[in-house]
Amino acid sequence: MSDARLSVLKTYKLFVGGKFPRSESGRVYEVTDSQGKWLANAPLASRKDARDAVVAARKAFGGWSGATAYNRGQVLYRVAEMLEGRREQFVAEVADAEGRSGKKSDTAKAAAQVDAAIDRWVWYAGWSDKIAQIAGSANPVAGPYFNLSTPEPTGVVAVLAPQESSFLGLVSVLAPVIVTGNTAVVVASEKSPLPALSLAEVLATSDVPGGVVNVLSGRTGELVGPLAAHQDVNAIDLAGAYGELHGELAVAAEKAAADNLKRVLRPAEVDWAAAPGTDRMLSFLETKTVWHPIGI
Amino acid sequence: MTGSYARRYAHLVTMPTTVPAYGNEAAERLAPMADVTASDAALRRFLHGLPGVDAVGLQARAATLGTRSIKTTAKAYAIDLAISMIDLTTLEGADTPGKVRALCAKGVHPDPTDQTVPQVAAICVYPDMVATAKAALAGSGIHVASVATAFPAGRAALPVKLADTRDAVAAGADEIDMVIDRGAFLSGRYMSVFEEIKAVKEACRRADGTAAHLKVIFETGELQTYDNVRRVSWLAMLAGADFIKTSTGKVSVNATPPVTLLMLEAVRDFAAATGVQVGVKPAGGIRTTKDAIKYLVMVNETAGDAWMTPDWFRFGASSLLNDLLMQRQKLSTGRYSGPDYVTVD
Repeated sequence: MSDARLSVLKTYKLFVGGKFPRSESGRVYEVTDSQGKWLANAPLASRKDARDAVVAARKAFGGWSGATAYNRGQVLYRVAEMLEGRREQFVAEVADAEGRSGKKSDTAKAAAQVDAAIDRWVWYAGWSDKIAQIAGSANPVAGPYFNLSTPEPTGVVAVLAPQESSFLGLVSVLAPVIVTGNTAVVVASEKSPLPALSLAEVLATSDVPGGVVNVLSGRTGELVGPLAAHQDVNAIDLAGAYGELHGELAVAAEKAAADNLKRVLRPAEVDWAAAPGTDRMLSFLETKTVWHPIGI
Repeated sequence: MTGSYARRYAHLVTMPTTVPAYGNEAAERLAPMADVTASDAALRRFLHGLPGVDAVGLQARAATLGTRSIKTTAKAYAIDLAISMIDLTTLEGADTPGKVRALCAKGVHPDPTDQTVPQVAAICVYPDMVATAKAALAGSGIHVASVATAFPAGRAALPVKLADTRDAVAAGADEIDMVIDRGAFLSGRYMSVFEEIKAVKEACRRADGTAAHLKVIFETGELQTYDNVRRVSWLAMLAGADFIKTSTGKVSVNATPPVTLLMLEAVRDFAAATGVQVGVKPAGGIRTTKDAIKYLVMVNETAGDAWMTPDWFRFGASSLLNDLLMQRQKLSTGRYSGPDYVTVD
């Protein structure tokens, strides 16, 4: 008997409703590193997978938005802990996705990215019970009333993850959506979806209720249409439609999104390594104002 | 002369047509079967003489029929047909006249934004809500169905059940959904179940000679075996049921595809044997368009075209309608709809 083990290759799958299904269509596509070397097959999600993901996200919305902000923060911090434990795996995947596997300088770059991503996750986790203090207010009114405005999550948010920054970019668009109580349907980077699909495994093992985050991999151009037109999606982040390749896509998506007045976060050039600020969190909030009589 | 000739040889030739179970000719057609229901022993012999059900084969057949792909125009047709077959149901202790009226309004115009959506077949309520529903549906052509006979358990004395039924009919119910006495059936007192169905059918008669249609609910989730479902189907049809219905929707196991398939086979065989057509109504647990279409495929493949109308096949459902409407919107607009665009019942 030879000493060589048979390699156990990982079957990357979608993440929908807390489960890991294959694409409903049965399709997969080849994922390669920057040099064209084959890394793995990723599921090629169809519009029906997108539909299923939205249904799962809607179902999870009540529980997640109703959880206390403190609880959400703890759950997200737990995600960061799990990420830390899987750091090596993510470094390898990011190095493969964005550089050349095994090359030392690429690994160092990837490690820096993963560290930044974990730190960012922790940073966003902390915002869960603080966002109401900067986005909410006690309004002075002419009458014997308390008048309070509080931010509330908008609902189901479709997120097109950045195409180039496969992990740091992904975390930078996903965390701000869910920390405030939204649920998300994420379309991973088309070229390098593997870190996103592995992040799903982390989410599944860290108390994030099933359906709060749903991850699809496949052709961004194929998935953005049904998501942008979907009547049960409340907002869409078009970060992944940035650049020449996707310019027209973003315009079409915005038009489709206008049909049910989705909130749209337009694609823009973003330095994912820079400090993010609160913009992305504030983009997916609704303001609720209540009047309450002052009891005397 | 030709008339008596035809009558004399009627039993030797194939029945030319089937007649509806609620029509006046049905009794005539059932007359040759009178000997099997003449005594408890005869009825038992007949029901136990029915061929046993091949459970694995039945489940496999139901599963196979569930794999048909129904798309585009066929799907649009199926959705509209399914909507027109719905008995839109509210059977809650918390039902109020307002809620019943809202449900009736929804039955008339399931999707207020689209007038091409067909109306549902019936509104199904408790007996005390029949008058409210009848008034709300006046002129729409939608039937009012009322559960009766101590629904859902059926645990009451016969006079109480009959009074329950008469009340509902007097209040204007077009259809009566009765439950059988499962305790009697399971302990083998077939004749008492048979007589009870006959008595309720009699109570469905109105003063003017017409009668409310009678649906007989088996509560198949409590009948334990497929053999029992086949037996009770024949028993109810022999007793004069116009419709046979799977469940009340009040127990954990409701309509399943195999049970419905079995009942469809029973009505098909009954029509072939006696020339009397009986309808089928699966109820409870059918929530998605996909499920509904599976049932329609089953009807078409088992009982045939003659059953593909709201007169002979119904869905007992409440949340199914919303899913059908969302799918209909998807087909007509090309974009996925959501629960924000249908009513909350």
